[in-house]
Amino acid sequence: MPRGLTVDGFPTEEELKKSPGYPSEERFKRGPVAVVECVQEIPCNPCELACPRKAIQVGVPITNLPRLDEEKCTGCGICVARCPGLAIFVVDKTYSDKEASVSFPYEYVPLPREGDVVLAVDRAGSVVCDGTVLRISNPKRNDRTAVVTIAVPKGMADEVRGIARIRGERIG
Amino acid sequence: MIQALASTAERDKEGDESGMRVTEHPILGGLTPGRVVQIVVDGKKIEAREGETIAAALLAAGIRVNRYTSKRHEPRGLFCGIGQCTDCVMVVNGVPNVRTCVTPVASGMVIETQHGSGGRAESDEEV
Amino acid sequence: MAVVGAGPAGLAAAIEAQKRGLNVLLVDMNLKAGGQLIKQIHKFFGSHEHRAGTRGIDIARDLYEEAVSSGVEVWLDAAVYAIYPGPVLEIARGILATRTASKEMVHASRVVLATGASENAVSFPGWTLPGVMGAGAAQTMINVERVLPGKRVLMVGSGNVGLIVTYQLLQAGAEVVAIVEVAPKIGGYGVHSAKVRRAGVPILTSYTVLRAFGDRQVEGAEIVAYDEHHNPIEETRQFLDVDTICIAAGLKPYAKLAALAGCELIYSPVLGGWMPVHDENMHTSVPGIYVAGDLAGVEEASTALEEGRLAGLSAAESLGKGGPDAADEKESIRERLSMLRIGPFGKARADAKSEVIKVGEKICRAG
Ligand SMILES: Cc1cc2nc3c(=O)[nH]c(=O)nc-3n(C[C@H](O)[C@H](O)[C@H](O)COP(=O)(O)OP(=O)(O)OC[C@H]3O[C@@H](n4cnc5c(N)ncnc54)[C@H](O)[C@@H]3O)c2cc1C
Ligand code: SF4
Ligand code: SF4
Ligand code: FES
Repeated sequence: MPRGLTVDGFPTEEELKKSPGYPSEERFKRGPVAVVECVQEIPCNPCELACPRKAIQVGVPITNLPRLDEEKCTGCGICVARCPGLAIFVVDKTYSDKEASVSFPYEYVPLPREGDVVLAVDRAGSVVCDGTVLRISNPKRNDRTAVVTIAVPKGMADEVRGIARIRGERIG
Repeated sequence: MIQALASTAERDKEGDESGMRVTEHPILGGLTPGRVVQIVVDGKKIEAREGETIAAALLAAGIRVNRYTSKRHEPRGLFCGIGQCTDCVMVVNGVPNVRTCVTPVASGMVIETQHGSGGRAESDEEV
Repeated sequence: MAVVGAGPAGLAAAIEAQKRGLNVLLVDMNLKAGGQLIKQIHKFFGSHEHRAGTRGIDIARDLYEEAVSSGVEVWLDAAVYAIYPGPVLEIARGILATRTASKEMVHASRVVLATGASENAVSFPGWTLPGVMGAGAAQTMINVERVLPGKRVLMVGSGNVGLIVTYQLLQAGAEVVAIVEVAPKIGGYGVHSAKVRRAGVPILTSYTVLRAFGDRQVEGAEIVAYDEHHNPIEETRQFLDVDTICIAAGLKPYAKLAALAGCELIYSPVLGGWMPVHDENMHTSVPGIYVAGDLAGVEEASTALEEGRLAGLSAAESLGKGGPDAADEKESIRERLSMLRIGPFGKARADAKSEVIKVGEKICRAG
């Protein structure tokens, strides 16, 4: 039974869906889009400045929840590395017939490599399926926050939000 | 507990006998080689990185007890890390009550576990 | 003017006052400038105007460079031991680097105290064993010294400090076995708890640490859950195989020096405990002494920066160096401060601050 962000430590589907940062199902059907999982009124707004298309708005006061303009968002992923809360993801439910892709910030060493098969985890950190690493992007503007994109079975696109940290021996 | 002392040659190779050094880091990058200095802790030679605190050098060598209290001889180690609590004090070059968490190592430093107030004549005072 | 403490508050105060024409001496007992920021390797939350999205270590470096290039004189490894009427500061220099202090007496027309905060301790059987340490000490070890304080950690406390240090322990390569939180709810921001959960760390609310085991150092911990009447639930009692227990039980203003200087203190639970009373110019009850940052109530780097600016500006103004825009500038700083104190986390702080200032307006005559 999910008990909500302040008890479990991660947002429930319900909390996410009623927040202004969560895209609609119609938008998901049209390709990659940012998923802003920031559902508490905290004084924070770097995401607003990060997006070149002004698709995320916080405004005044700074404690407003970030609002995603899903029409403006192209799913480019620039905001993912800029959010200090590591709370923004890009989900592409149209990646292929059977698979969706999920991009998430990853600040651990070692990094996975392209093509690696990794253990995909949900918001609770539980391994839910395998994923295949599609890309790792870590340009200078990311300021050392790598963004990893993995492909997972389509049905897992709403669950998967990261991978199990790689320790010692590499998987795959 | 305290690591068995490896031979100097082995330590040179490893540079990190207890595996406590953070050699790779996603944000801070790889640990820069830095100058190594020798210090002596309770009669044993250990290697430290120039500029680091005594407490850090000891933790890297797997040593966590810095002193024993005078009355009950209880062990104490790093606690506040900012020079406030005095839990980490040791005898350094013969001087007791040196806060190891804020004092940098120096080549040839002689460090001893402190017992009680660290003075020659063991007093019963709490440090 | 002398500023004590080179964290964000002290640095901002020094820069502001120096820019307005005062001669500023900034002293810090640490060997490095930056205060808490030198171990904050994460990207700061907050407003992008306050450099949020930038890592704390980088904010510290930039502020320090700005202070030095604007002409502030900086003494590091310089601990202020006492402040006598005058105000005159008694400073011990060089203890850390040379282990022999030289004592200096510095007379200043104005003093800004920005000594920050210190960690609260919690006691339980075994809490004095080596391996039980403040989350701040662990954070210094991993991020400044680059040494793990241990390999398997139990974190006690789920405020932002507990959550962030947990995350950073994972980044440094340690395992955090669990976070226990005695309250029924997580204390810190949801975005921080979400990232440690995603990394596989359980957060056990309504749980506490009962004892630390070990002969010469921590070899394990026992935890238990509480029911709604605050009674331990026996079936939940469990042993955790850990070598380190980190305490993140909140911060309190580090008000020792302010008290020594004679500043009137006030108790504010929301702001962390006993802190110096101040007015809306950050002036204390002692003429010529100002406070800013976590010392004036534990908050965040962004508030510390603004309060530092306000204190530096007010001090300059009181010496006739405020400049034509002083009043406007003070107004806009206060405006920005109030914007930082809204929302479910900020509202209580805003209320507590205005309580302090209300008392302050009565007893703190502008210097
Ligand atoms: C784990 C953690 C994460 C944080 N994350 C964030 C974040 O993401 N965003 C955010 O906005 N804030 C964050 N903060 C809070 C922020 O770091 C603090 O609010 C801020 O550093 C307070 O600044 P300050 O200048 O008041 O004090 P400090 O930064 O604590 O500096 C005080 C300085 O005073 C010096 N000093 C004390 N006494 C003396 C003396 N007698 N003589 C000489 N020098 C003295 C100390 O050495 C120290 O350098 C975080 C804090 C922690 C612990
Ligand atoms: S994914 Fe790109 S377009 Fe969409 S909100 Fe983020 S930065 Fe803007
Ligand atoms: S930057 Fe991240 S944590 Fe901050 S408001 Fe935006 S989404 Fe939330
Ligand atoms: S650990 Fe507290 S003084 Fe060193």
